[in-house]
Amino acid sequence: MTSIVSLSKAIARGFVRDRTAVFFTVLFPLMFLLLFGGIFKDQTAPKSEVIQVGAVSLLDDMPADAKTGLSDILELTRADDRAAALEQVRKGDVDAMVEQSGGTIVLHYSAADQVTAGTVNGLFSSLVNAGNLAAAGVTAPAFTLQGQQVEDESLGTIQYVTPGLLGWAIATGATFGAAMTLVTWRHKKLLRRLRLAPINVGSVLAARVGVSIVIALVQMAIFLGVAVLPYFGLVLSDSWWMSIPLVLVGTLAFLSIGLLAGSFAKTPEAANVIANLVVLPMAFLSGAFFPLDNAPGWLQAVGNALPLKHLVDGMQAVMVRGESPGAVLPQLGILAAFAVVTSAIAALLFRWDDV
Amino acid sequence: MTSTIVVNNIAKQYGDVRAVDGVSFEVEEGEFFGILGPNGAGKTTTLEIIEGLREANSGTVSVFGQSPWPRNQALLPRIGVQLQASSFFELLTAREQIHTFASLYGVSGKAADEMLERVGLADKAGTRTEKLSGGQAQRLSIACALVHNPDLVFLDEPTSGLDPQARRNLWDLLRDINDQGRTVVLTTHYLDEAEQLCDRVSIMDSGRILQSGPPATLVRGLDAPTRISIESGTLAEAQARELFGDAEVSDDGVSLTIATRTPAPVLAALAERGALAGLSVAGATLEDVFLKLTGREYRA
Repeated sequence: MTSIVSLSKAIARGFVRDRTAVFFTVLFPLMFLLLFGGIFKDQTAPKSEVIQVGAVSLLDDMPADAKTGLSDILELTRADDRAAALEQVRKGDVDAMVEQSGGTIVLHYSAADQVTAGTVNGLFSSLVNAGNLAAAGVTAPAFTLQGQQVEDESLGTIQYVTPGLLGWAIATGATFGAAMTLVTWRHKKLLRRLRLAPINVGSVLAARVGVSIVIALVQMAIFLGVAVLPYFGLVLSDSWWMSIPLVLVGTLAFLSIGLLAGSFAKTPEAANVIANLVVLPMAFLSGAFFPLDNAPGWLQAVGNALPLKHLVDGMQAVMVRGESPGAVLPQLGILAAFAVVTSAIAALLFRWDDV
Repeated sequence: MTSTIVVNNIAKQYGDVRAVDGVSFEVEEGEFFGILGPNGAGKTTTLEIIEGLREANSGTVSVFGQSPWPRNQALLPRIGVQLQASSFFELLTAREQIHTFASLYGVSGKAADEMLERVGLADKAGTRTEKLSGGQAQRLSIACALVHNPDLVFLDEPTSGLDPQARRNLWDLLRDINDQGRTVVLTTHYLDEAEQLCDRVSIMDSGRILQSGPPATLVRGLDAPTRISIESGTLAEAQARELFGDAEVSDDGVSLTIATRTPAPVLAALAERGALAGLSVAGATLEDVFLKLTGREYRA
């Protein structure tokens, strides 16, 4: 037991004093959280910017309270120079230009940004419909539509990026930690030195696993601590604590990847490259940075074979989607199975020595 | 009582290379034993088989009467192994390194600090190992090998890459370790080091032991001539030939060298003539032994 403690201390000191390692496992992912959380903070209700040229009775004759309500989603400016206004639409500076000729409302938009075009088209078509109903004297329409978001109403970008970026950070920390320890110690013949000490091989493994788990939990505490700040506004669901077992099992899965990478690499430099080649593509394929819903099926299938995908899915479910603790049992099982299988392969390939 | 180490006809093959090819020797308790030979002679592989890091293809090894292979946890606390100077935990200070190793053996931190002091690194305790000089790192790695007070110490080329001053400091430390009654097994490719330190040596080349014995005995066994040199011009070469008929005389313009098997009369004759300027007398060395055994110059 004392040997596990002293080996853990040695590994932990080595990690904390390695500025590069601390930067890439904690500060670098945190920077992305600050960036994503900050940049897209106010993007939940984007306004459509439209220039009105000449008189448009539909807008001009609108009652004052309707105008105020409209200003939440539509930023209307008036201009006289039609050509200049059209040029602005072409350049993408504004979303559309609107004018009226007789009973026809003409909306000029650019198809370059299809989402913006769709939004502004939908907006004006509903305005025209409402105007037609009013003109026909309908005051109480037969059907009304009320949109209601299923998630917590405070749902912002931060809710999506926190589990993804945290998963990426944990994957980086554990994979690199295991690969670098294994390869550096073997390369420096420290593994042989430990083999000549009267300790169990399990103690060496236990120390590395223990330190990685502590690092992962610290990463989690820092990420959640920053994300729940009012500025970023992360709101945790009731069973968010269920992400702790997810992080623990996930860390084991990434450690096993690191051990496997470490069995192939001869030098610390090579281990670094291999770990990078694994972690970064895995982060993209697992939806850690952006959702993969629109990705081709085969790409999603690749993602499903990677542990990070299941960690991110699981954490999103219990952290922000408000699912019950039991909902992530499949993810826990998949991560555990991945860790067991990969560790077994790594154990088969394990070498004490370079030669 | 059996010897501390008994190696019986061990062999180890890597592919087509016979790294160790039928090596046998014994090391007695308290002995300072050296395995020497050029790089690639099979010294390190032999040592690794005795330490229990590798399995021999054939032959037997017994250390304190037990087999070191497979990994024998009962044996490990009794042996200390110094690997290379770089076998440290990354980014730890000298003190943290030795404390970590001490705790693996269940040794107190106080004993670890004392060991650090004994190898003269007390003032470097707070220095990270990456910042230590080559000699300091070697001394720390020896301290880490000795921290649990082992009866048997293995040192694999402890002075390679050190400057002459650091080498001499380390020799003093190694003698000190042996004087405390520990058995020391050392590999080296420096013949002078083996001559200085070892009670007994085995000369290895191409996986085989060519000869074993105390360095002085090996050298004496050569029956090589003693080389007496004086400053060139002190005595004419022709005169020297005339005086010392059975000796080989040569003059390279710097020194006049007389190689003789009977140095006493030669020295007396030189003294009589007052021709002793720049006198040096050199006997054969282990290098000559190696030359005679292999028929080629010794090159480390």
